[in-house]
Amino acid sequence: MYISLSDRSGGKRDKPQGMGTALSSEVPFRLSPVILWLGIVSMVTDVSSESVSAILPLYVTGFLGLSTIAFGVIDGINQGASAIVRIAAGWAADRTGHPKRIALAGYGLSMLARIGFLFAGGFWAIAAIVTADRIGKGIRTAPRDALISVSAQPQHLARSFGVHRMLDNIGAAAGPLIAFFVLLMIPNGFSTVFVVSLAFAVIGVAVLGLVVPDIQAKALKGSGAREGHRLFAFSWSHLKEPCLGKLLIAAGLLGLATIGDGFIYLVLQDRDSFAVQWFPLLFVGTNVVFLALAIPMGRLADRVGKIPVFVAGHVALLATYLLAAAPFGGLWATVGCLVLLGAFYAGTDGVLAALASQLTPSGKLATGIASAQTVVALTRMLASAGFGVLWYAVGASTAMLLAGALLAGAVLAVVFILRGAKRAVPADVSDDA
Amino acid sequence: MRDRASAGAGGQKVRWGALLVVTVVVLVAAGVYAVGAYQRFEESRTAASSVGTSAGVKLPGAPFVLFRNTASGQGYGNAATVPLSDPGGTRAISGQECDRVYGSPEQVVCLRTNRGLVTSFEANVFDHDWEQQRAWPLPGIPSRTRISPDGSMIATTVFVTGHSYATAGFSTATEISLPGGTTGNLEDFALLVNGERLQATDRNIWGVTFAPGQADVFYATAAASGRIWLVRGSLSAKTLTAVHDNVECPSISPDGTRIAYKKNDGGALAAHWNVAVLDLASGRETVLGEKRSVDDQIEWLDDRNLLYGLPDESSDGDSNIWKLGTDAGAQPSVFIAHGWSPSVVR
Repeated sequence: MYISLSDRSGGKRDKPQGMGTALSSEVPFRLSPVILWLGIVSMVTDVSSESVSAILPLYVTGFLGLSTIAFGVIDGINQGASAIVRIAAGWAADRTGHPKRIALAGYGLSMLARIGFLFAGGFWAIAAIVTADRIGKGIRTAPRDALISVSAQPQHLARSFGVHRMLDNIGAAAGPLIAFFVLLMIPNGFSTVFVVSLAFAVIGVAVLGLVVPDIQAKALKGSGAREGHRLFAFSWSHLKEPCLGKLLIAAGLLGLATIGDGFIYLVLQDRDSFAVQWFPLLFVGTNVVFLALAIPMGRLADRVGKIPVFVAGHVALLATYLLAAAPFGGLWATVGCLVLLGAFYAGTDGVLAALASQLTPSGKLATGIASAQTVVALTRMLASAGFGVLWYAVGASTAMLLAGALLAGAVLAVVFILRGAKRAVPADVSDDA
Repeated sequence: MRDRASAGAGGQKVRWGALLVVTVVVLVAAGVYAVGAYQRFEESRTAASSVGTSAGVKLPGAPFVLFRNTASGQGYGNAATVPLSDPGGTRAISGQECDRVYGSPEQVVCLRTNRGLVTSFEANVFDHDWEQQRAWPLPGIPSRTRISPDGSMIATTVFVTGHSYATAGFSTATEISLPGGTTGNLEDFALLVNGERLQATDRNIWGVTFAPGQADVFYATAAASGRIWLVRGSLSAKTLTAVHDNVECPSISPDGTRIAYKKNDGGALAAHWNVAVLDLASGRETVLGEKRSVDDQIEWLDDRNLLYGLPDESSDGDSNIWKLGTDAGAQPSVFIAHGWSPSVVR
């Protein structure tokens, strides 16, 4: 199935492969230029979006004063909307067979939202712009991951996603630094940050539009082409796919025990004045660890299996909870939490996309990836809401320990659930390769 | 890849050329804009102040008004003072930049943003020679601050923001710094409404005011589940008890009998805050004659007049301090032009 690009690696795909898939060590890794360029698109787009995100609180509180509190409500609604749009976009990418066009629409919408910031004033204008930006992000993610998936060597799928996530996070770490540098030079320079952000967004759209090929790929449609016409019950049909269905259940269970990073930062902050002072840096620190570990975790996933790494990533999250709940504080506990949290993201984010694309029939690739990401996003929102209740009921540390116990249970359940899926993985890949 | 190859090398060259042109054009345009913005900022920063100023090396004798100077030019954003008898006169501008200030005869609390690659926020306490006495980090963007009448307690309210996609939005964090430590976030105090302890998790507390002559008592705003209350806080019992609906940013009068506050009559998502006064003994509420929406914690000029800041419509980043009588039919007038965060030090 991964015809269009793996062809270039000299027909190795036809090599007889035992259980169906070659070990990653047998096929030399060649980074597809498509993945490199998609990584660069994500990098400049993240510079664009994270530079605005970092200063948006300062800007919004200056503009809206205490109505800022109501802004949180809208933000919550946006996250839900973004998650739902994601599935629709994945489905559209599969139906049209042109994931690039859908991704371009998503990047384009976010770019238009950046233009809006230059003229924004008032609560509703800012709310509308932030909503457009979020929806754009929801639209673009799954089609882009589908493009990565078809462009990657199947033996190096997780590593390829790792390369993309690394570039992505370089942008996410650089964006806030650029924005704060602008405000350091020009204290009220919000409009300058918006202009710089727009410039990077335009570059991202230009790279995607001009350089990334429109892989309409029989690789994507393939045998699924005829099947695609029958599929109106889009994401529900995936639950019938035995392997993807199991992955969705597993990811959902783990998502239900994954509280937002914000809570972990708040716990650290409660305990430690170091964390208060460097609060903005906690986020950047997690991103830096994520980008440093993205490729190693991907390689590991290709070598020992994506499911073990995905599960181990959640064990790192479990360790984060325990360390955050521990009675001792200080610099090293805080740094330890950031490292573990970064490892969690590195071991789960790209790996989940790789897993989902591996377990999805090729004609429904973008929908499959979108389903997995949506399940994770929605269950994590639920988990954060539930954790908020626990926080007030029993206090921060106890709530963290309870979340840890829940996560430990989820990890055990998932190990059990995915035992079956793991057996099925090689067979599925042999279909494709 | 094949698709692209078949498109021909010529088509590819055009695409790469277009990408190069787009990249260069937008980067140069953004760069030119940034340099222009920087030059405008430098000009305004080094220009002489647009109002009469003098260097404020120490606090004047009480009574005076402490505020944030928002006149363009040198000293923009710095804490400043004017004598209470001549609020429109020459302002003495200190060397301290503050987003929000409050004063007593002996000390000044100043909440500020430390801009940098890692932007952080802190509370500073200065003595009356503007020497720093102590400082502590704040968990978010400065919003409100107050000092208790005896000078022993300092309340701060900041906006805390989520730092990842998974955390929704904004909330407030309000703390009271006590002689022997801090209360921690007041959200953790028990919130009592109609005698029942509220379990809602979306609670926010903001805008503390200290009751004169009662060391244990303060008032503040509490919000949860879309409702807003005036709460009476007890430091010893760690409780917040709802005493009135729809009161935000309370400010208790110098004689301790009334509370001035902002009252929203526009709904949660389209707030319009009126200025109102509540008589504590009778519970009678009077909405005053200010038509504009006031988002500030009101300050009492004396027992019959209020002060508050409003953004200046004509100029970005500027604001004015207005005065409003509490009698029926009183109209607002400018008290200090180009100022924000008034604090009357008696």
